[in-house]
Amino acid sequence: MRPVYVTGVGLHAFGRFPDASLTALGMVAVQRALAEAAIGRGGFQAAFCGSVYGGVATGHKVLTALGLSGVPTVNVEAGCASGGAALALASAQIASGACDTALVFGLEKMPRGMIRSSFFEPWREEAGLAATPAYFALRAQRLMRESDVRAEDLAAVSVQNHLHGVHNPYAMYRKPIGAEAVLASALVCDPLRLLMLCAPNEGAAAVVLSSRPGDAPPVRVLAAVLRSHLPGSVLGEHTPLAGLADDASPTPSEMAACVAYEAAGVGPADLHVVELQDTDAARHILSAEELGLCPRGGGGAWVRGGGGSMGSRLPVNPSGGLLSKGEPLGASALGQIVELAWQLRGAAGARQVADARVGLAHTVGRGANACVVVLRAG
Amino acid sequence: MSDARPVAPDLFVAASDGARLLAGRCRSCARHHFPASPVCPYCGADGAAAEPVGPTGRLWLWTVVTTRPPGYRGTLPYGFGVVELDRIGLRVVTRLTETRLGHLHAGQPMRLVVETLCADDDGTPVEAWAFAPEGEA
Repeated sequence: MRPVYVTGVGLHAFGRFPDASLTALGMVAVQRALAEAAIGRGGFQAAFCGSVYGGVATGHKVLTALGLSGVPTVNVEAGCASGGAALALASAQIASGACDTALVFGLEKMPRGMIRSSFFEPWREEAGLAATPAYFALRAQRLMRESDVRAEDLAAVSVQNHLHGVHNPYAMYRKPIGAEAVLASALVCDPLRLLMLCAPNEGAAAVVLSSRPGDAPPVRVLAAVLRSHLPGSVLGEHTPLAGLADDASPTPSEMAACVAYEAAGVGPADLHVVELQDTDAARHILSAEELGLCPRGGGGAWVRGGGGSMGSRLPVNPSGGLLSKGEPLGASALGQIVELAWQLRGAAGARQVADARVGLAHTVGRGANACVVVLRAG
Repeated sequence: MSDARPVAPDLFVAASDGARLLAGRCRSCARHHFPASPVCPYCGADGAAAEPVGPTGRLWLWTVVTTRPPGYRGTLPYGFGVVELDRIGLRVVTRLTETRLGHLHAGQPMRLVVETLCADDDGTPVEAWAFAPEGEA
């Protein structure tokens, strides 16, 4: 297998941009990534585009607008993990020799309000059983009952991620918030309050992968692994299916992490920086447990000990996470890759994690899908 | 007022002693699933048969929905959670009739009911199943 390098990254800020089309958002991110990789038409042999709400031929529209069409172009939908899935496909193409350079991008303009998802049958919507934050709430309640995670710990996660996001010019929310404000914010679905939930929004991210390093300080993709849930493990990923079981089966995140660690030849102790899925504050803690950043059931103590904060042994979500950036589904996973590339190059500015050499990105979402990517400087 | 319609067919039935859910039971692995499907979602075996289950269970997880989710025309707030059915252990994502958080607790005995969700434009009531705290059904 050949090595896979990140040779260019680009972002369009995450937020609300009523005057920009979805295609326009994607064009910005793609242009930035291609400029950094110093390639244009003819410089890549395949393109993979992550999007959930984009509709027909989302990626083709961006490449057409940029005069870059002609290469095999695949639109990838895997819920919150769409961008990670696109990256995994492109990475495998390069590693196998199917192509030398691939463009990966993700873009989204989320409708406002509670996420509407064709994942749910119409009757589930009509019966009120398609309330996405309510599923997050059930998972959070379960986490709190089966461990010592408290409402104050959920608030602390929001406070920490918002503090990190202050230094991220691409984030939607850049103001620090206090724990009191989080605990006093509107109750959306007990135990989750408004400031414990990320906002669906808009944005785009792009990454160029190549079999050879480019001009930018080299960053290697050591692993890019996608997994879906096993039968019976569904509620843990907040997505109902036919029936529920409480098997001790591993979650998609645990499965993807296990394979990614083995493929990359690293473990949690070798990581210097992590970007993980924090759709809500409880998801942040559960993600940390599933990735082995703290013991299973130890997420509450991890948070109370400052786990994941800047200056701690292993900073988590230095970008501010989804809680600060908001979540444009198709772009969010690649936004993590862009952040990690900057971190591993030492180019993250005021939010730089000192001496970051190995980074991990994690997304999980509807399907249920999880993607884990491990990157290394050099 | 026309006759009520269920929110979807083959989810629940009325019985003389209360409502029942229609769950699938796998002939191969013997596990129940809901809603019923001829194919077992756990082992993939075909030929599962639908059978009435319930009407009692224990509350496993719960919350209250206060903001209108997409496609929902019913009243707000409403209870939402997971109830584990007695004997067979099947866990069902469900509406809850109780909307006061302080009146719900883990392991609480619950009973299946059929309630009116909303009405169609022609006045036809739309019915769904829900679970109510035992003694309040």
